[in-house]
Amino acid sequence: MEYTRRELMTLAAARKIRDGEIVFCGTGISMLAAMAAKHIYAPNCVIIFETGAVDSRLEEIPMAVGDPRVMYGASSCTGLADAFALMQNPTTGRHVVGILGAAQIDRFGNLNSTAIGEYLHPKVRFSGSGGACDVASFVDRTILFMQHERRKFVNRVDYLTSPGWLDGADGRRRAGLPGGGPEAVITDLAVMAFDPESREMFLEAWYPGGSPQEVLAHMEFSVDVSRARELEPPTARELGILREVVDPQRLILG
Amino acid sequence: MGSLAMRIAPDKVMGLEEAVSRFVPDGAHLSLGGFTCNRNPMAAVYEIIRQRKKNLHLYAHSNGQGVDELVGAGCVARIEIAYAGTGRFAPTCIRFRKAVESGGIHFEDYSNYQMTLRFLAGAMGVPFLPTRSGLGTDILARWGFSEPMRAADPRLPKKKLVVLENPFGDWAETERVVLVPAIRPDVTLLHVQKASPDGTCRIAGLAFADVEQARAARHVLVTCEELVGPEDLRDEPERNQIPGVVVDAVVHVPYGAYPTACYRYYDYDPVFLSEYRTAATDEGRWAEYLERWVFGMPAHAARIAAVGPERLSAIQADPRTGYATGLKR
Repeated sequence: MEYTRRELMTLAAARKIRDGEIVFCGTGISMLAAMAAKHIYAPNCVIIFETGAVDSRLEEIPMAVGDPRVMYGASSCTGLADAFALMQNPTTGRHVVGILGAAQIDRFGNLNSTAIGEYLHPKVRFSGSGGACDVASFVDRTILFMQHERRKFVNRVDYLTSPGWLDGADGRRRAGLPGGGPEAVITDLAVMAFDPESREMFLEAWYPGGSPQEVLAHMEFSVDVSRARELEPPTARELGILREVVDPQRLILG
Repeated sequence: MGSLAMRIAPDKVMGLEEAVSRFVPDGAHLSLGGFTCNRNPMAAVYEIIRQRKKNLHLYAHSNGQGVDELVGAGCVARIEIAYAGTGRFAPTCIRFRKAVESGGIHFEDYSNYQMTLRFLAGAMGVPFLPTRSGLGTDILARWGFSEPMRAADPRLPKKKLVVLENPFGDWAETERVVLVPAIRPDVTLLHVQKASPDGTCRIAGLAFADVEQARAARHVLVTCEELVGPEDLRDEPERNQIPGVVVDAVVHVPYGAYPTACYRYYDYDPVFLSEYRTAATDEGRWAEYLERWVFGMPAHAARIAAVGPERLSAIQADPRTGYATGLKR
């Protein structure tokens, strides 16, 4: 069955979401992954947005976390203060998986969504943290979306917007951050994971038709590929639900 | 100054031109309600631009469209911000991006929760609040406003963010926290679904950080879809979020959030936001946009009339969902 890279990325992330988890979504493909997870593998997961909507039913895909569509059928709708407290509070926060994206990432999963170049005189300015730094600081695990490009997988991020494993190993604990950290990076070429000891990124799986060499060629730093395998292609069922239920208008699938 | 007397007046209804000229002087420290493409106080934003206000200091979490238009029109000198984006229409707000890249604006970055807590601290009357967000990041390490700049302006805190070792030991299993300084805007602008003449506000759906922003501010200017009678919001006060005592001015402006959404009234207008993106990208087209849609239209009603009944009908909210179900986006 034919499928696009974007569809495979969405499903690769959705497969990582466990039933019963609270899923924090940003905009775009992360929202799609959360919805796919809920419809395919994790019917009891609860989707939350930083704007304050908890357990949204999402009849239509929101185009931003401020979109009124995030309110549909929700369990409660309040505001930012409540949404972030729910993640900072360990009772609920430890059940949250955050899905984030960025412009740059380093080997420890630290993210830059602020600026390329010097912060005060940037070559390119992006949107900034929004709630990403908060989520990355608080929750037990994050799944990251990235385009697999050399200029994005960099030795050092130009601005550290959202904490990953910081300088690796127990870097987060030393900084005083609670919870876990990045668990996977889903790209248009591969799924990357982080070593449980060193917290360094390694290649978990490359996409069908690709290779570990292709993945490495698209990164400024090198990663361990000895644990990698080829990713299972999407099944007809996964693709059917993704196309017919999750994003029939192809607003985000493109 | 008489501001307290005004805040307890039973009737604060006035026109938008008067409200903006009274409460938004040049150099004002300003915050806008709403979030990205939703419930931005756009009519008030357009009036600020039309009155050619200068040197504004803006506090934003993720305010999106309103922030971008104010920055693009040259009204803003400094901005403290967590996020500048309007969803799919502008993943990074275009005029904001141009202003930062060209050095046309002073800016300093925070996270959304930090900004929310900063408003809450202002609302509570405490100098700061703690959070665990941002430890180990450049949001802590990199300042946008220099030490001399802070020292020269009594309205800026002397420091950006401060890390404090937990003074209660390991209580709550927390080693250290980030202290975020309070914000006290001179004025907060909000657009709400319903308000009564004394300023009582009823917001439908997500309130974002509107309530904290209103309570933190010295003055609050509210525009509303519906101006209701003095008693109409008193029968179910539990549904009201903002009491009249914190509000200074109430202005009745139907479609006051347009082109952003107003839950249960209308959706964002994808046509306008797409055209805005095109206009914002090019200096010539941007000047034409301001001339046509802002300076050329003294009243918001004229703007809405120019959009026309067909597009307005397309964005009308479906009573079942609160947005325009099936809207072509």
